[in-house]
Amino acid sequence: MIIHSIFFYIFSLIAIVSAIMVTVSRNTVHSVFFLILDFVSISCLFIMGGAEFLGMIMLIVYVGAVAVLFLFVVMMLNVTQQENEWFQSKKSKAKSSSHIPIGFLISTIIFFELIIVIGGWKLKPELSESFNLSVNNDLTNTHQIGYVLYTDYIHLFQISGMILLVSMIGAIVLTYRKKEGLKRQSYIKQISRDRSSGVEALEVEKNKGVSIDV
Amino acid sequence: MEAYLETLFFETYKIVFLILPVLTAVALVVWLDRRVWAFVQKRRGPNVVGPFGLFQSLADALKYIFKEIIIPATSNKIIFILAPIVTMTLALIAWAVIPFGENLVLADLNVGILYIFAVSSLGVYGIIMGGWASNSKYPFFGSIRSAAQMVSYEVSIGVIIINVLLCVGSLNLTDIVLAQSEMWFILPLFPMFVIFFISALAETNRPPFDLPEAEAELVAGYQTEYSGMMYAMFWLGEYANILLMCAIGSILFLGGWLPPLDIYPLNILPSPIWIILKMTFLFILFALVKAIVPRYRYDQLMRLGWKIFLPFSLFYVVLTSSFLLYFDLLPMN
Repeated sequence: MIIHSIFFYIFSLIAIVSAIMVTVSRNTVHSVFFLILDFVSISCLFIMGGAEFLGMIMLIVYVGAVAVLFLFVVMMLNVTQQENEWFQSKKSKAKSSSHIPIGFLISTIIFFELIIVIGGWKLKPELSESFNLSVNNDLTNTHQIGYVLYTDYIHLFQISGMILLVSMIGAIVLTYRKKEGLKRQSYIKQISRDRSSGVEALEVEKNKGVSIDV
Repeated sequence: MEAYLETLFFETYKIVFLILPVLTAVALVVWLDRRVWAFVQKRRGPNVVGPFGLFQSLADALKYIFKEIIIPATSNKIIFILAPIVTMTLALIAWAVIPFGENLVLADLNVGILYIFAVSSLGVYGIIMGGWASNSKYPFFGSIRSAAQMVSYEVSIGVIIINVLLCVGSLNLTDIVLAQSEMWFILPLFPMFVIFFISALAETNRPPFDLPEAEAELVAGYQTEYSGMMYAMFWLGEYANILLMCAIGSILFLGGWLPPLDIYPLNILPSPIWIILKMTFLFILFALVKAIVPRYRYDQLMRLGWKIFLPFSLFYVVLTSSFLLYFDLLPMN
């Protein structure tokens, strides 16, 4: 049991330190790597708590997919230029840029909102009863999540699926641009071509040439 | 504390006896790959070092160890060094859940298949890190191509795994194998096996999908700036991943350690032999594909993954689940 708690503290320490490093480190790519480390250690904490399904899903979704996209975007940025803009604004030659006061304001507002929310936190009596729900230990927690998700919460589950679908279609519509004059490859056209339509023998007159319409 | 140390010692012992055979198998598989490739082209391949050239990979590894490791001056040094380590580690830790027999598994996780899926989806980080930290154009192009390719094909592999899981009703790899004692899943799910095989080729950056390291246009992709042992670690990690994909393929579709028929001369062979035979068969297929198929173009690769494999495997999920529901074959427990 002691070993268990030692590992728990190691993972939580890594999680907290890397979460701090995400915001502190100057190189954006390093921030993303610390974010990944944070995700991994949190999924380790999930697994230690017996929620192995959640831990694995955390790894697959956040580390395997979301963080890869983060990394994609961040790697495309010009890091050196960005550092200059954020920390030493070029125009005014002042030491701090104009981003810092705004960021400070927003973080203060969020901080007070959190204090208000947590200060007025009261659990419903029905909620605290559900903590004592008898858990069937014969089932793995994958099965248990499945039983709850597809019976009691099926509507919420489907609504969240619809929201994701709509946002996905929205993202595609926003980024899709039909370019003019772009030659696209049509596989059906290519396969269904035969010799009679593809090859033509022409009599070419000397010093005149021929015009071919493609 | 003493009990803990005992467990620690015992587990370390088991891990060592898993990793040593895996690394040896990786070395042999590199040799097998080159031999098959050579035979297709009517060459002999590596046949000088040791019997049949079996020690060729060992000799290559020795050569790599004694080479100088060059770290480019403009590279991001920590991440540059970290990248091959990440690749190698991720390629090896996935083997923890592969069952080689009824109770012959290091960690019998409830979510074994999810663990393998998670680890193989992390594999992309080694390549991205290597490409970015090299701070050079070709590695960067290679790593971006590779990341896009691996993320795309992971999606179809995930859907294929769902097909198998529908027939099993458990995420445990031992359960998946035992569910195939009546019939291997390759028979009812044959189209899924074909798609899994092709997606595994793309996932491990094997030819015909080896665009990330296309030597004609990108020199060697993300590995361009690496030398010596660091290059060898990328290389070993890649082959360990290929072998892992063969193991997953044989567990999901070819009945893992089970013999083809449960009759006398077949079931007397120990179970690890069967899974090793199946993995070798799949690997020879991998090697043959490398030898006989030309490289895909990048847009064709993306089209294949997103427009053909994903819709087809999603359709097959619907088909499998409605079949199971209609004939009341859904696995319940």
